[in-house]
Amino acid sequence: MVTTAKSDKSINTRPPVFVVLQLSGGNDFMSTVIPYNDPHYFEYRKTVGIPEDDALHIDGGYAFHPSMGPIKNLWDEGKVAIFPGTGYPSPNRSHFRSMDIWHTANPEALSSDGWLGKTIRDLDPNKENVVTGVSFGSGLPRAMYLSGTPAISVSELEGYGLLTDLAGRQQRQAIKAFTRMYAPEEFEEADVVWDHLGQTGIDALTGADMLKTAPPAYTSSIEYANDALSQSLKGIAQVHLSGIGTRVFYAQLGGFDVHGAQIQTQQTLLANVSRSVGDFFDDLRENDGSQEVIMMIFSEFGRRIKDNGNGTDHGSGGGTMLIGDRVKGGFYDPYPSLAPEDQLDGDMHFSHDFRSIYSTVLEQWLDLNPNPIVNGSFDQFENVFNL
Amino acid sequence: MVLLNQKTDVELVGHLMRRAAFGEPIDRLEEKASSAYEALVDDLINVDKFPRLNEDLLERHNIQHADEESRQWTRARWIYRMINSERPLEEKVALMWHDVFATGDSKVGNNPMMRTHYEMLRDYGLGNFRNLLLALAKDPAMIYWLDQQMNHAEAPNENFGRELLELFSMGIGNYTEEDVKECARAFTGWTKSQTIPRYPNGFFDSEFIFREEDHDNGPKTFLGETGNFNGDDIIDIIVKQPATAQFVAAQIYDFFVSDDPDAARIDDIARVFIESEYVVSDVLRFVFNSDFFKESRFNKVKSPAELVVGTAILAGRHQTPYEFGLTKMATATKNMGQDLLNPPTVEGWHTGREWIDSSYLVERINFSSKMIGDLEAPGTSKMLDRISTNRVSMTPDELLDACLSEMGKIHLKPPSRAILFEELNVTSELTCGTEEFEAVVSQVLRLIVSSREYQFA
Repeated sequence: MVTTAKSDKSINTRPPVFVVLQLSGGNDFMSTVIPYNDPHYFEYRKTVGIPEDDALHIDGGYAFHPSMGPIKNLWDEGKVAIFPGTGYPSPNRSHFRSMDIWHTANPEALSSDGWLGKTIRDLDPNKENVVTGVSFGSGLPRAMYLSGTPAISVSELEGYGLLTDLAGRQQRQAIKAFTRMYAPEEFEEADVVWDHLGQTGIDALTGADMLKTAPPAYTSSIEYANDALSQSLKGIAQVHLSGIGTRVFYAQLGGFDVHGAQIQTQQTLLANVSRSVGDFFDDLRENDGSQEVIMMIFSEFGRRIKDNGNGTDHGSGGGTMLIGDRVKGGFYDPYPSLAPEDQLDGDMHFSHDFRSIYSTVLEQWLDLNPNPIVNGSFDQFENVFNL
Repeated sequence: MVLLNQKTDVELVGHLMRRAAFGEPIDRLEEKASSAYEALVDDLINVDKFPRLNEDLLERHNIQHADEESRQWTRARWIYRMINSERPLEEKVALMWHDVFATGDSKVGNNPMMRTHYEMLRDYGLGNFRNLLLALAKDPAMIYWLDQQMNHAEAPNENFGRELLELFSMGIGNYTEEDVKECARAFTGWTKSQTIPRYPNGFFDSEFIFREEDHDNGPKTFLGETGNFNGDDIIDIIVKQPATAQFVAAQIYDFFVSDDPDAARIDDIARVFIESEYVVSDVLRFVFNSDFFKESRFNKVKSPAELVVGTAILAGRHQTPYEFGLTKMATATKNMGQDLLNPPTVEGWHTGREWIDSSYLVERINFSSKMIGDLEAPGTSKMLDRISTNRVSMTPDELLDACLSEMGKIHLKPPSRAILFEELNVTSELTCGTEEFEAVVSQVLRLIVSSREYQFA
């Protein structure tokens, strides 16, 4: 693997970038980073336990899932921080509610303010860059929504923009008409909503124009796979490397709700995650853009400790990872014990609040005050980054 | 009645149908314009004059959903009804109440229960507000949403009691903390049957149960009245509060008239609510017939559901049960910020200008442009035919007016119209029926739905 970083000086002048990768459906953390050192592992995982010989072993009696080769390589380089036992008080086992809780950083009350929306607001308080936050996938995740703060949602970078089903002259004509119909100077009479609509339209167009510059400027020897997640991460690499100043990225992969057929399903999904993440960091390194990027991989909850015969049901405590060239690899919390007396209603007992990880990233990586963003003050992990 | 012989200005019919329904193309508006306005309002309000949709074919065609009503399908069914119902006002009113009594499957997590919930809003939404609140209090999704099943005689849970007063009727400041407690006590024992677990056979609905033994039958003092109140007594008291009339009037004004509240108009509506003894349809009749309603044109930001459904109606999409892609309509509203049956919080969606956000706006425009500009779309194709009927050629100016008219007499501000015309840059007459003519019509329709004006109803 080629790893060449330019001088520290140039690194330090580049604003830090944060990529969030969401695994939807409740990823089974116990099969992602496997605690073979826990005597209860095979007792509870009679049918979906991963055979020890297949797994990718790391120190301390732990192992990565057999399909996670590229992430294991990043671990070997010391670039993967593992946080086993992520959760929050009074865990909610509904996908939607638990995802909302992660997105709004608010387990106590329903809210529509996304934590990354607030992050974007604080990174760009004067709204100078409409592409400060970019999400890849279908629709803007609630995490990135905050009223009055622009955030862009891209399904595919190639062809992203306004009026994209048009082409050539027809599209140019429509965009020009749009630009004038949304421009303030063309209208004498106006009201607040009319102006807001105009500004939003112009922002959307500006964002689309900026994003459009990314693919043509991009070259790489990395060949991403054709699946949606690989393409999302490729898009993120393209936008990041184009230098248009995006600070927060979002990507997601669904299907982790393995009530049945867990072995096969998780194998496919984790291979997809691992390969695409490996390609992503290889790509950034090749293009001298990896030092300022960290990625957080999370899921809305973990799964039950005891399998159901073919899969696992919704649980609570899971685990989170931070990956990046300036992340200090290692375990940042003890792996929760699987012993019956240590469980939480049949689940892995969470040892840290997810908002502790958020706060760590916000304050130590993005240099923001985390408390207003995560709705409180949470203990942070120390020494996670090589700053 | 003399009125029957009166005609109505077709632009006014367009306005009425955009607000009280989901909009209509010009041919349907012209048909309606031969009736008096008041008669049109009555037709919208007297929903029993028209049958509900027969959905047998819809269900048969979407057989993959037959044994388990999926999340997207539950939404898609509602959208199908919004597009096709001959009683559009009841669907519209359900949409209004859904935003007020915001209940979501993020917590409920049961599609049949969510469907029952929305159908309750539709069935009771136009009737007496008392009956609506009572149906709401007995609705299993609502019971679960606000933890009412945990409201026990010995251990009251105030969640429902509080929201009933704060978000569903009077609004904060019109009752005391003591009233909340007494209200919660009155609803003890109002619960739902246990749902059958989802696996392996899919979701099951549940039903309202009153558990006498878990009801606190002691005396309660609520808003100054004392008695051994049960939940229905509480609702009787709530409904007659002036604050409730103000609340309902404000919701109706906000949803049907304007995003900017107007205290005097809301007072007028509240008075009608009280005089009608709390009948929503009577209030709506007053509103739709009022001058302030008739004058409030193109000043309300369309919700994503209104935009998606309205555009589908104009493009003639999803008017048969056979058309593929109905669930995509539900995904489209979600991508524009309104995931139906899953409001972000108990407060519902933030409406008006907050529907407009850079991601949401891109979705709105791309969706509408793609749908309306497709000459294969039945509605678009029909518009094209009508525009060129009995004509050999048209000036670009005439064509622009014809398109605006076809889409329900949409009004563009003069600068928008001028820009559209200039950018279209067609200088000579267009020969009807040519490929060029069709391409220009498609482009004009796309530009119209891309305008700021189209974002408003």
